[in-house]
Amino acid sequence: MTVTDQENIILMEDVNKFFDSFQALKNICLSVKKSEKVVVCGPSGSGKSTLIRCINRLEKHNSGKIVVNGHELTSDVKDIDVVRSEVGMVFQNFNLFPHMTIIKNLMLAPRLVRKSSKSEAYDTAMRYLERVKIPEQADKYPSQLSGGQQQRVAIARALCMNPLVMLFDEPTSALDPEMISEVLDVMTDLARDGITMIIVTHEMGFASLVADKVVFMDNGEIVESNPPEEFFSNPKNERTKLFLSQILSHYE
Amino acid sequence: MIFDFALIADSIPKMLTGFWMTFELWFLSAVLGMALAIILLLMRISGRWYLFSPAMIYIYIFRGTPILVQIFIIYHGMPQLEFVRESMFWPILREPFGCAILALTLNTGAYVSEILRGGVLGVDRGLKEAGAALGLSATHRFIYITTPIAIRLALPAYSNDIISLMKSTALASTITLLDMMGIARTIVAETYAPYEIFISLMIIYLIMTWITQRTFGWLEKRMSRHVRSEA
Repeated sequence: MTVTDQENIILMEDVNKFFDSFQALKNICLSVKKSEKVVVCGPSGSGKSTLIRCINRLEKHNSGKIVVNGHELTSDVKDIDVVRSEVGMVFQNFNLFPHMTIIKNLMLAPRLVRKSSKSEAYDTAMRYLERVKIPEQADKYPSQLSGGQQQRVAIARALCMNPLVMLFDEPTSALDPEMISEVLDVMTDLARDGITMIIVTHEMGFASLVADKVVFMDNGEIVESNPPEEFFSNPKNERTKLFLSQILSHYE
Repeated sequence: MIFDFALIADSIPKMLTGFWMTFELWFLSAVLGMALAIILLLMRISGRWYLFSPAMIYIYIFRGTPILVQIFIIYHGMPQLEFVRESMFWPILREPFGCAILALTLNTGAYVSEILRGGVLGVDRGLKEAGAALGLSATHRFIYITTPIAIRLALPAYSNDIISLMKSTALASTITLLDMMGIARTIVAETYAPYEIFISLMIIYLIMTWITQRTFGWLEKRMSRHVRSEA
């Protein structure tokens, strides 16, 4: 596996991450190809969020190598901003800018980073709002929307930058149960369009439906990584089996 | 004791002749103090020790000593120094008005920078991360995300400081300025009626405070009109 491998849009090699003396990531190796959908799951505190936050350098890894679309992540600030503008991220708590209307939330980054014209940014924003099925909310403020609607706006906001990869950090964990499906529907729709996605989630039904690869993490390590059919029907590792039995019994 | 209402009615218009002096002291030091506060804030959050340590020492000194002492040091103390008398600032520092503005500005700047810092620290980390994840530079994040949210968070504490600054302007009367307080003291010296005069003065200050509170209340409401869950 080499860095110049064109197929891999994301490559992590022996990545370690410490929070003081606590090791959050241990020798992580992960490669994601163009159009691939990777679901990352595992118990809380296993390092899943830290892993995807390292990909756009919201967390700095301590050792190892992370390459995103040919850019190796180092402390070069200019380079980081370029990588970030190519990698979309959706957060658990939506993180919409509360002082801006929905349409302004969507137009901000294209205007400032891509230097798009106002009308161009507006058209893109409306196109993606239609795609997440809430164009009528364009002039409202985030606090006037439901959680499910806010998360769909957050997805649209990331898409406005036309990213190569979308990262989802537990996108449905802060939602009321009745709103989870509207967000998962949008994500399933995106997956069908062939965008590269890395998704941290506990939604195993969604994982089995869209994932090309399911990665199970525990204790900062990748314990098992397999296609969903294999992962769910024939888990190899004891920890994976335990996790699956716990999370699946929850649905019965 | 007989309360002389006629004297009150008589002295309020006289004290109001000092209103512009009070207002100028208040307004100029508020504006200059804000500029100073922003500089101090940027030094404070720069993360560079040679910038934040001087700012911290400055803030400690000006918040930790009485403003009256600061006014006296500037007015009575600085002219003793030859380099002050020879500097380009002497035309300003020679006048009690310049000294009062300087003292009030230096003092309020220290307080306001801490208020602004509270606002900046109160901005949800997740929002800054969302900005970063979209590829916004640190400067853009500060201007478009941190600043507007921090201003709204800092507004209630800032309105408090503006009112406090208005009251501090009365101390300028101790260095011969004829603001409303200075005029009141002159009238008291002539009439020997401290109650009537000072109570009238209180009423004027209370009206100014009331207007200030209402203005900031309106501003706060306006700036958070789209925030339902917070505040």
